[in-house]
Order: sequence, then C-alpha cells, then structure tokens
Amino acid sequence: MSGFSESYLHDLREQFPVLNQTVRGRELVYLDNAATTQKSWAVLREMQRYYQHDNANVNRSAHTLSHRTTEAFELTRSKLAKWIGANRPEEVVFTKGCTEAINLVASSWGAANLGPGDEILLTTMEHHANIVPWQLIACNTGAIVRPIPINPSGEVDLEAFSSMLSTKVKMVGVVHISNSLGTRNPVEFMISEAHRVGARVLVDGAQGLAHERPDVQAWDVDFYTMSAHKAYGPTGVGALYGKYDLLSQMPPYQGGGDMIRKVSFEGSTYQEPPHRFEAGTPNMAGVIGWGSALDFLSGLEWDLVHAHEDDLVEYAIEQLDRVPGVRVVGRAAQRKAVVSFVIDRVHPHDIGTILDQQGIAIRTGHHCCMPLMKHLGLPGTARASFAIYNVRAEVDRLVQGLDRVLELFG
Amino acid sequence: MGDLQELYQDLIIEHGKAPRNMGPLPQSTHEAEGFNPLCGDEVTVRLFVADGVIREAKFEGVGCAISTASASLLTEMVKGKSPAEALALSKSFRERITSEQASDAVDIGPLEALVGVREYPMRVKCATLAWHALREALENAVERAGNDG
Ligand SMILES: Cc1ncc(COP(=O)(O)O)c(C=O)c1O
Repeated sequence: MSGFSESYLHDLREQFPVLNQTVRGRELVYLDNAATTQKSWAVLREMQRYYQHDNANVNRSAHTLSHRTTEAFELTRSKLAKWIGANRPEEVVFTKGCTEAINLVASSWGAANLGPGDEILLTTMEHHANIVPWQLIACNTGAIVRPIPINPSGEVDLEAFSSMLSTKVKMVGVVHISNSLGTRNPVEFMISEAHRVGARVLVDGAQGLAHERPDVQAWDVDFYTMSAHKAYGPTGVGALYGKYDLLSQMPPYQGGGDMIRKVSFEGSTYQEPPHRFEAGTPNMAGVIGWGSALDFLSGLEWDLVHAHEDDLVEYAIEQLDRVPGVRVVGRAAQRKAVVSFVIDRVHPHDIGTILDQQGIAIRTGHHCCMPLMKHLGLPGTARASFAIYNVRAEVDRLVQGLDRVLELFG
Repeated sequence: MGDLQELYQDLIIEHGKAPRNMGPLPQSTHEAEGFNPLCGDEVTVRLFVADGVIREAKFEGVGCAISTASASLLTEMVKGKSPAEALALSKSFRERITSEQASDAVDIGPLEALVGVREYPMRVKCATLAWHALREALENAVERAGNDG
C-alpha cells in the first residue's frame, strides 16, 4: 500500500525538474538515488537567491552581506541539529560530505584516542568511506581494524558482534542503512552494546538521512555522519554530528582561517567546536541550500514517507523475484530504499548499459563495498535505489527493461 | 533499439558467453594485470613468447561481456604475431574505439565488432582493459630485456 495519493506524488515530482526529461528517447526513470538524489526547485532557487543577494564570506567582515550570510549559514546548522535530535547546534560540524566527516573523526579522535593493540570494529558491509580512514589511522597508531561478520541475509551477526566486544575495542563503525544491500542496521542495540565496554560508535548516516529521521540523543550515538546530496541537498556539503564533550576534547583536523582563537609563530590556540573543525571558507551556498532541503524533510508526513518508500521496495522485490534468472541480493528483515540484484551469467555492467539504453538509470558495480562483494562472492551487483519521488510504474519499467537483458543474454 | 544491437553484436555476446583461451598459462614469459578501479573488474593476460613470436596467449579474470569478449578476441588475434605487431594492433584498436576521427584504414579484423562502444564512453575502459594489460606485459618485458642487455 502506497502512502501517498497520486496527485500528491504528481506534485512532488513536479518539484524536481531533472525528473521531467527523456533519456535515449524514453521518459527518464531515475533509480540511482543512493548515489545522489535529485534537487528540488526550492533548493536550486535558494542557492541562486544566496548568490544573487547575499554572497559574502561567513564570520569575517563587519558588513551587512557577511552578516546575512553568517545568519543563513548558522540557521542551517540549527535546522540540522534540530532535525537529527542533537542537544545543541555546536554539535554539528560542516564538512564537504560524509566521507570527510568520517575522515575527521578517524584522524582527530583517532590520533588522540587510539594506541597499539586497540581495536576498531567495522561491519563487513561498510562503504569504503567507513573503512579506509580507519585503516589509515590504524596504520599510524598501531590499532587494529576487525570486520564484524554478517549473515547470509545481509544482517550484522549480532552474536558475533557481542562476542568481539572487549575493553580493547575503542571504536565501532556501522552503516545506518547499507548502500549496497538496503539493510537498516540495529544501530540502537549496537550502540548500547558497544558503550558497555566503553567503546565509541560512529554511525555512517550517508543513506540514513533521506529515509529516516535519526535521533542522535535517543540513540546515544557518539558520531553520526551525513552528506547533503544524498538527502535532496546540494553536492559538496555534509556534516558530522558529535557529542559536544567528545568534540571539545578533539584536536583540530585541518589548520587555517576561522578555526583559531589566536595565532602566533610561537604557537596558536583554537576555537571551540564546531569552528575548531571548520578551517577555511566553507561551502556557503551549499550549506544554505541544504537548509531548504532540511525544510523539505521536516515538512514531510513521515508515516506516509515510510509507507510509500517501503511499498516501493517490497513491490520491487516481489516483481524481481518473478523474473527468471534474477536473484535479489540481501534479504534483511529491516531494510530501506535499496534493492540489489544479480542475473545469472550476466555481468552487472551489461545490465546497466542495457537499462540505460531504455532511459533507466541504476548503479552497477561494487558500490564502494569491495569487502562485502568479496564476502558475497560477487563481482558486483545491479542496484535500484529509491527516493520519495519514485513510483510503482518506474519499478515496472525496470522489470520490463530486464526482459531486454534476458533476450540478449538468455 | 538498433543501438543495443550495435553494441552487443552477436560476436560479442558469443565470446562473452564462451570466451576462448581462458585459463592459466604456467609456461608464460610475459604477464600483466589490467584493473578497472571503477567497477573492480580485473583481467590478467599471459603470453608465451619464443623466437620473437607470441606462441600462446591466455587470460583470466571476471568482467562484463564487453571486457570478456575483448580479452577473448585478443588472445586469438595476437597468437602468431610478433610483440611489435601485437602492440601495433593494440594501438590501432584503442584509437578506433576512442576517436571518431581514427582512420579505419588499419584492419583490426573481428575487433571491428567492438567499435560500437565508442557511443558508450563509460564502457570504453571495459573494451580496452585486456589491451592495456597486453601492452604492459610486452613493454615491461622489453624494458627487462633492455636492462639485462
Ligand atoms: C553508506 C555510505 N557511506 C558513505 C558514503 C560517502 O558519501 P560521500 O561520497 O557523499 O562523501 C556513501 C556514498 O556513496 C555511502 O553510500
């Protein structure tokens, strides 16, 4: 059962100009939302408005434009803090994306808190963005990265996880919603388990923000990382949420303007969070545009969003299961927005090209999850990922598109 | 949908499904791996060269129909050629599938079936993966020989 009425969906789609086009002669079907979501007129207009009327640097000058820019910039920080349930806006650090937010924690928190023999536990389904930064800091500190196993349905093996926990574990990294399997991980449980041994937890929220409202205080998560562009916001901007006590004890990540209190050649002192971690001129238009996307999220009827998006996923799985030779990869009980599949004897790349030829955009490959693909014994998968503006008819187009694949390769 | 047929010509589908010369080559004198970080596909090309002639060519790896067919055709076509001839073929092929302007005067034989990827820039790397490996295998060896001499 879909949560939205047809007329609501029609109006919703009208808000996203990209959707209204033909690709290779067919109406575009955009099912690559886990890679990046489309932007609404409201976001595009807000960014243009900013450049047309306010453009100035934040926090630097005494003039009116700079003041307006600073206000708008900080307003997004407050909106985001409120949306994710942070205790205060200073717990939100702007970055260029989720990847940078994770790197920030790994290098700053990691350098101050990790030592030889300490353990960092990461689930097998992590994105490279939540693996490689930890490997880099492990290399520098003598800490060890250990994978948390997953079961054949694509869920974290919670027994194995609990048995891996010890006082040696200093950090647990887990993806909120898996970008390759769609699994919605039991982050609440994993956080409370990890805290029992004194470990910190970073939840990679790259795929989370568009599909669920996180509640960082209720979860008691230590760090939560996001990219605006995966939740209807602009590219080039993201954020780290961190508990204030943790942030205030972390050393700077990058040095530069805006992050200092006093600089002299004898030494410098640093600002309090979040500014300590925001060296240099930030992506002001991006942050301000993100504010519009957050207004969009907070204006939605979330019961209906869940009903609509869950319906798309269920419908897609049901339809794909009917196509001979197609196998859905990942059967987690709790899942969101993403359906991965493979076809016997057809490489995902070929599936992607044949669908593109019919105006259908999906992602194919390893989805930046090489360790997961190795675990699954697959070179990659084809992945359809949904957003709020997708409709059942697009699932039908996908399934019809696969007939063409089977015709050629069958 | 004529375009799709252009890309996935029968020869490509056929070689993609049943690639020739796929497997190990224990007596190889030359080898190199091609890796496409974009999709994670990898292919290893191995050659047995004796008396200035490529006597045997094999490949291993996982890839899409395009990269598999291309590797399969490569192993068939370079057999019996000198390393210099194989490199020249590799160069002509790469030129043909990356540029509209490239002259079709040079005969690239059955590789003509792959020229359709020109229309799919995201897939050109698939078609050239094995050929990059071939070039690396032969050029590395030339260097090695140079050093030895
Ligand atoms: C689960 C997950 N984590 C992290 C990232 C990295 O996000 P970004 O590239 O926007 O920094 C992605 C993006 O693909 C993702 O899907």
